[in-house]
Amino acid sequence: MTYAVAQAAAILATALFIFSLYWMNDPKTARHAVVAGVTGMVVAVLATWFQPEIVHHGWIVLAIVAGFVVGVPLSLVPLTAVPQRTALSHAFGGLAAGLVGTAEYLLGVSEHPAQLTAFRMSAIVAEVILGFLTFTGSLMAAGKLQEVKWIPQRPVTYPGQNVVNIGVLVVAAALGVVVVMHPTAAWSAQVFYGIVGLAVLFGVLLIIPIGGADMPTVISILNSYAGLSAVAMGFVLNNKLLVTAGALDGSSGLILSIIMCRAMNRSFTNVLFGAFGTVQKTVTIGEQKAWKQETVEGAAQLLEQASLVVVIPGYGMAVAQAQHKVRELYDQLTKRGITVKFAIHPVAGRMPGHMNVLLAEANIPYTALVEMEEINPDMPQCDVALVIGANDVVNPAARYAKGSPIYGMPIIDADKAKTVLAIKRSKNPGFAGIDNELYVQDNTWMLFGDAKAVIGDLVKQLAGGSGLH
Amino acid sequence: MIDPVTAQAAPPDYWSMLFVFVLATFIGLGVIRRVSRLLYTPLMSLTNAISAIAVVGSIAVTGAEYPKLIRLLGGIALFASMTNIVSGFLITDRMLKMFKKQ
Repeated sequence: MTYAVAQAAAILATALFIFSLYWMNDPKTARHAVVAGVTGMVVAVLATWFQPEIVHHGWIVLAIVAGFVVGVPLSLVPLTAVPQRTALSHAFGGLAAGLVGTAEYLLGVSEHPAQLTAFRMSAIVAEVILGFLTFTGSLMAAGKLQEVKWIPQRPVTYPGQNVVNIGVLVVAAALGVVVVMHPTAAWSAQVFYGIVGLAVLFGVLLIIPIGGADMPTVISILNSYAGLSAVAMGFVLNNKLLVTAGALDGSSGLILSIIMCRAMNRSFTNVLFGAFGTVQKTVTIGEQKAWKQETVEGAAQLLEQASLVVVIPGYGMAVAQAQHKVRELYDQLTKRGITVKFAIHPVAGRMPGHMNVLLAEANIPYTALVEMEEINPDMPQCDVALVIGANDVVNPAARYAKGSPIYGMPIIDADKAKTVLAIKRSKNPGFAGIDNELYVQDNTWMLFGDAKAVIGDLVKQLAGGSGLH
Repeated sequence: MIDPVTAQAAPPDYWSMLFVFVLATFIGLGVIRRVSRLLYTPLMSLTNAISAIAVVGSIAVTGAEYPKLIRLLGGIALFASMTNIVSGFLITDRMLKMFKKQ
């Protein structure tokens, strides 16, 4: 009887999870997604908790309370910190899988050696490797995103790095085969802990060569791993709900990774083993030209006279927390009857959809947010392209500079606009360390400074100066 | 929902598990492909919360009649999954609330 209830609950939860993801296809229905997800989760948790095998409740209650105590503040982080929160939650997901895998192995050794069949043992090894590498890899990614001091921000590379990384993984897999064949030998537990150690190490090694510009892809890949580790846990525990929910998460991470890779014209292996942003020296394109700097007054005037303004935000907008000032600028311009659109590059920012969330937070209607492919045909009609802290995603070198690391990456055609205004924090090249010839184009004017301050000045100029013209 | 009694009596049918995994992956690919590109960030926090369904595995390990060390590992895992569930759903909702039309 309880078995039937548990199975029915699992089927119901699976259906709710699928509906939850389905409702994410439109911002109008998206909030149902959370309701469906929470309902599915509550059903599954209660059905499990009321199984007759569950006899100790104290620790369960304690862990759930602790989960709330930590989880609620984590959900209230500023939206600019969402990438690191996401990475951190992948780390927690990986940790949970790794620990349950370890517990199941120890349990099998001490109590039910017969249960450690080759298949189940393989699933445990897969769960532990995936879980612990996701744990440390995601922690490293979160640390890099949070700019924790003792984690280097710039990619760390050394000769033979890929050989070392793949070597570590191969040794872990080989030890895995040994444990699968001899799960209960006297030395098996030591080998098992060796696998755990190597997985922990591999997660760190995998992320240290990765730079900020690759974070959207890497977070998506880690998302996929976290899902797959849940699938492996499902195999170990003979639980189909875990397998389905993990597969949904894994396929979501996979699709996002593919989209991110395409948006950078790079392959998975290239992201994971290519160490963006270090290998290449600055690619010099033609003769070096000089920037032309514009004043706030001049820039405000250019904006006022436009009829179509396309704003192209990048990570610089997030760093400067400039989204609310951008909203004020949006208000000033739309008040004058100027059409303002936001061109969103898939990899702008540090995780998929990062720019959309920040602009939505500032109350900019999502109907004004336009994808790269849709905005590009309109760019020649655009009077002013306003680039805010974006760099590589508007670099025309991606179209033709064969030696450049961003060659072939689809870009937003900011250079085709009649005028380009670019707000940039410093005169240094962007994250990929590549010069951007957009900035020295004849029709480009630079505004140097913190994006929030510069846009604030523009807004003041537009608000105060409106009577003068 | 690990059931030590039945698990010993009849070994789990791993082929049907694989079958479920493959089908679920295809459903996932089909559904996720249609997700609005505006919502990729909340999508990630949502799928994160959903895959924290691993909590059911942790509950089974923490609450059963097992040695203390094993239950402790389960308890830590339970805490980690619960954190993901709570923060994942809450932040997803917080973000989705912001997507408004004009």
